[in-house]
Amino acid sequence: MTEITSLSLFELIKNIKEKKISSNEVTKSFVDRSQKSKKLNTYVTENFENCLKLSKEFDNKPNFDLKLPGIPIAVKDLFCTNEVRTTAGSNILNNFVPGYESTVTQNIWNEGGILLGKLNCDEFAMGSSNETSFFGNVQNPIAKDLVPGGSSGGSSSALAANLTPVTIGTDTGGSIRQPASFTGTVGLKPTYGSCSRYGIVAFASSLDQAGPMSKDVKDSSILLEVISSFDKKDSTSIDFKRNNYSSELTRNIKGIKIGIPKEYRVDGMPGEIENLWKKGIEYAKDCGAEIIDISLPHTSYALPTYYIVAPAEASSNLARYDGVKYGLRSSGESLIDMYEKTRSEGFGEEVKRRIMIGTYVLSSGYYDAYYLKAQKVRQLIKKDFDDAYNKVDAILTPSTPSSAFKIGEKSNDPVSMYLNDIFTVPVNLAGLPGISIPAGRDKNNYPLGLQIIGKPFDEQTVLNIAYSMEEKINYKNNITDWWME
Amino acid sequence: MTIDLKTVKHISKLARISLEEKKAEKLADDMNSIFEFIEKLNELKTENVDPLTSIAETTLRFRDDKITSDNIREKILKNSPEKNDDFFVVPKVVE
Repeated sequence: MTEITSLSLFELIKNIKEKKISSNEVTKSFVDRSQKSKKLNTYVTENFENCLKLSKEFDNKPNFDLKLPGIPIAVKDLFCTNEVRTTAGSNILNNFVPGYESTVTQNIWNEGGILLGKLNCDEFAMGSSNETSFFGNVQNPIAKDLVPGGSSGGSSSALAANLTPVTIGTDTGGSIRQPASFTGTVGLKPTYGSCSRYGIVAFASSLDQAGPMSKDVKDSSILLEVISSFDKKDSTSIDFKRNNYSSELTRNIKGIKIGIPKEYRVDGMPGEIENLWKKGIEYAKDCGAEIIDISLPHTSYALPTYYIVAPAEASSNLARYDGVKYGLRSSGESLIDMYEKTRSEGFGEEVKRRIMIGTYVLSSGYYDAYYLKAQKVRQLIKKDFDDAYNKVDAILTPSTPSSAFKIGEKSNDPVSMYLNDIFTVPVNLAGLPGISIPAGRDKNNYPLGLQIIGKPFDEQTVLNIAYSMEEKINYKNNITDWWME
Repeated sequence: MTIDLKTVKHISKLARISLEEKKAEKLADDMNSIFEFIEKLNELKTENVDPLTSIAETTLRFRDDKITSDNIREKILKNSPEKNDDFFVVPKVVE
């Protein structure tokens, strides 16, 4: 049999249900491999002992009706886990142990999943390379000293390195899809309101969404089915009829209309991305889709809009970190002095930069010029998609304007780092579902991804197109285990 | 428009983040390059556009005004950096 850790989630579930392997054997395999993979720096907090114990308990009293029967799963350290340290990649939450569980992770445990550990991420999910984490850089298993993308960089790296069968990330401007693209894996950002935000450390509340990351499309459909739920504890959770995404998954996409937005041909886009996109269009045609040219005229305004809206919401959300009720506290001579020193020492540079931008755009005299303006442009961006969806069922674009870059290459230039999210950000601004699937390689042999964007609540179509194209593309990561001890 | 050092210091006060002089200068540079990029929005006329305030297009739900958590005082105080019996402790505020 192939190594347990290289099996897909679907295959693991099948083997466990057929009693060919036990939950404990599966868990041991992932724990062993994770322990030999410390050089990747994917885990912030390990839950290995407890996970092994719980897997034995599962094997003693198995319930094979569950959707994730005894499956160990590591999650991004942005999800609050009851009695397990949750840091959001920040020094300010270095010692924070939540007394409650996020709804998304609870959904996973309710279906038989077992927490393997908490995975590294950019601080408060602010970053595109995992370099802003207080707990250090994460290595991309594809090649040494390559970033794994961000902010869900620990998740993408652990997944691609076979340290967890699947994982979950969060996506505010591309934080699931971009790292998936950088590591040759699949990442899905669901429609805003699909997965509860309850218990997820907040970054920008009108944009944040949790979603599955997996080695193939089918696994994402299985995990989405588990984590997507209506939740009264999240005031923006939406009560809509959710599909049985995995059982309704089909490669029959004949006649589906896929739009190609001309504005995504951005200046300076490398030829290999352009070629990848062209190849993607051919694959989609081979699958029976009809290709239609569309226009999303406000695309170039999406990033500037995002860099007002997201920092504004972040500055407000992060006001809670004041050193009083939880988290780090620095000593100060007065209350205000304590606040200022705590926040100065507790937050990293990128987080401070965004809090400052957000505070500025919301401050008296600037609100209309920046925040209100951005909200209006956001309306125009959403309308672009509404109009396009009168003509097409989904949209195909590249996931990122380049492949993974080297650690340190962009960390001194915030704007060039932000440009990474040029194709993913509009999707968050419009609240739409989007998936990144591996679709090819660049000249260095680094993976490149294609993005499929869907109509609101139409994750099924997005998954079906991805599932069909995946078969034609037939991409396989070739990982050499260079980091193994 | 440029953001000067004085503005950066004012914003850092509002954001309750203490800043060393050197860091403030670097931050002013960073913020200026980011705002240069943001200014692109001024190309668009938006007088007749309604701001998008909620992507979900739903009205917020009401819930019954009832306590739903059990006694979780211990759980909440557990993470406090400094506490005194049942209270959070902060530096003295009144002279």
